[in-house]
Amino acid sequence: MKSFNYVINDELGLHARPAGLLVKEAKKFSSKITLTKGERTVSATQLMMIMSMGVKKGAEVTVTVDGADEEEACAAMEKFFQENL
Amino acid sequence: MEQFEGKSIFRKIAMGKILFYEKASAVVKREKISDPAAELARLDAAKEKAVHQLQQLYEKAVKEVGEAGAAIFEVHQMMLDDDDYCESIRNMVEQDGVNVEYAVAVTGDNFSQMFASMDDDYMKARAADIKDISERLVRILTGNDSDMSALEEPVILVADDLAPSETVQMDKSKLLGFVTEHGSSNSHTAILARTMNIPALIGVPIQKDWNGKMGIVDGYRGVFIVDPDEEQIAKAKAQMEEEARKAELLKTLKGQKTATKSGREIHLYANIGSVSDTAGALANDAEGIGLFRSEFLYLESDHYPTEEEQFQAYKVVAQNMAGKKVIIRTLDIGADKKVDYFELEPEENPALGYRAIRICLTREEVFRTQLRALLRASAFGNISIMFPMIISVKEVRRIKEILAEVKAELKALDIPYQDVEIGVMIETPAAVIIGEELAKEVDFFSIGTNDLTQYTLAIDRQNPKLDEFYDAHHPAVLRLIQMTIDAGHKGGAWVGICGELGADMELTEQFVKMGIDELSVSPTFILPLREIIRNMD
Repeated sequence: MKSFNYVINDELGLHARPAGLLVKEAKKFSSKITLTKGERTVSATQLMMIMSMGVKKGAEVTVTVDGADEEEACAAMEKFFQENL
Repeated sequence: MEQFEGKSIFRKIAMGKILFYEKASAVVKREKISDPAAELARLDAAKEKAVHQLQQLYEKAVKEVGEAGAAIFEVHQMMLDDDDYCESIRNMVEQDGVNVEYAVAVTGDNFSQMFASMDDDYMKARAADIKDISERLVRILTGNDSDMSALEEPVILVADDLAPSETVQMDKSKLLGFVTEHGSSNSHTAILARTMNIPALIGVPIQKDWNGKMGIVDGYRGVFIVDPDEEQIAKAKAQMEEEARKAELLKTLKGQKTATKSGREIHLYANIGSVSDTAGALANDAEGIGLFRSEFLYLESDHYPTEEEQFQAYKVVAQNMAGKKVIIRTLDIGADKKVDYFELEPEENPALGYRAIRICLTREEVFRTQLRALLRASAFGNISIMFPMIISVKEVRRIKEILAEVKAELKALDIPYQDVEIGVMIETPAAVIIGEELAKEVDFFSIGTNDLTQYTLAIDRQNPKLDEFYDAHHPAVLRLIQMTIDAGHKGGAWVGICGELGADMELTEQFVKMGIDELSVSPTFILPLREIIRNMD
């Protein structure tokens, strides 16, 4: 299992479009990928659940990756957050 | 006559018959079904059709309002594909044995409730998106999905709220404006209205009996007039005639090439001063951004803008322009533009003083922060960087050294960037005279005619006493422009104009004949200039 923390930089927070792209990216991997903010954890493939977390600019999320391709998936996720959020 | 106040979304005016719009979706009935598999097959077919419709809407919106405004239809497609949303519908059909229309309607309500209850305005607005996709599915399932764009005469649309897909489907030539009771200035509908040039008011207490009456949407004052009197009608007509004149140009020239009859192409770019001006640039069919004044970041701030703040602003513009050229000018303060936290000392002669590139090259940290932000943003679009107030080759070489160092830093950190084109502003007679040497160092020139004129004629434009001596078309200035174009081409740089003279329609023909490659002007001048150029031989 691998994980990293990320502080959201985007003005609008984790809003609809990047959330959608995130889901697309997460679905490329067989590993189970989750997002945690505070008490709540949702799967990175659940678009509406991700949006419903209301992650704003400055909030910290933890991304956890667990599975056969976790190395690759975790690197891809980190890259995705840096480029889009 | 009755008058209502609302919040204006777009400053325009429209007058016409009111159409009171009610959603046709009506009530979905709950029915018992016996074959869940058949019901779910209907769901899959409807989803496929919905995705197809959304893709078409997306393509239509990209053409009309650009990539950023169209993104919502891509998000809708993703939402339709959401696992939780689909599973909830499936569960209801399989376990409760209900018809799929009902399952979609209930699921849509539940999910949209979830967003409506969030304490974030942006997320609250997403409740409308979920309703929108659910209603689309229901319309397809009930065979009631003929598009609602069949408006027979131009109308002002009055509605409780409008979904983005409803506004984009409409025949824009029949839609004069819209007035809604709900919806926020953050909603996609509002954003689309702005980019589509449609006057719109929100927060107006609407009444059904307005249907068929005459109305005026005044986006300048934020009022909606029902049953206007003669005087109001006359006033609105005058304003609309002025607007119509501009709109006529828009219609015929949008999407057309800017080229003379003999086929010489000129690039018509827009000058912008803030991120939000990009919408105006796109609405007027700018072929790129020829001058993005980065000063606003510094002028609107009470501290040195951070790399991140700058990066976000540049990135948004680069993304909104979707691959079209975006030329960003580095910090140009000093002289008449003062910023407190720079703590610049008062000068005897600020126009000839410590300003623009002179500040950047002596306060390198400020400059490097901006260059880093620009380079990082370059990974998201087609960015070029332009430097103001250049008088020597030495300055340009120093700039290039610093730029190379910043690139090396980014590379070491594995931060992506593109190789950007660089250019210099030609604003001083000195720069014109050494033009050929400068051209060998850079990719392009952009002539800042305001400063070039002031420095050539030694006339301060702020001083009204000098008006009688001032000549905007002074032959010395025009000859300097010709020299700049020739020197640029000889040294291998393309040459544009981004100062006020660029929009001077009396000179457009002359500039084209001189060999200019690009004109960068306020967005509203783009289409009038395109017309002039297209009529040239």
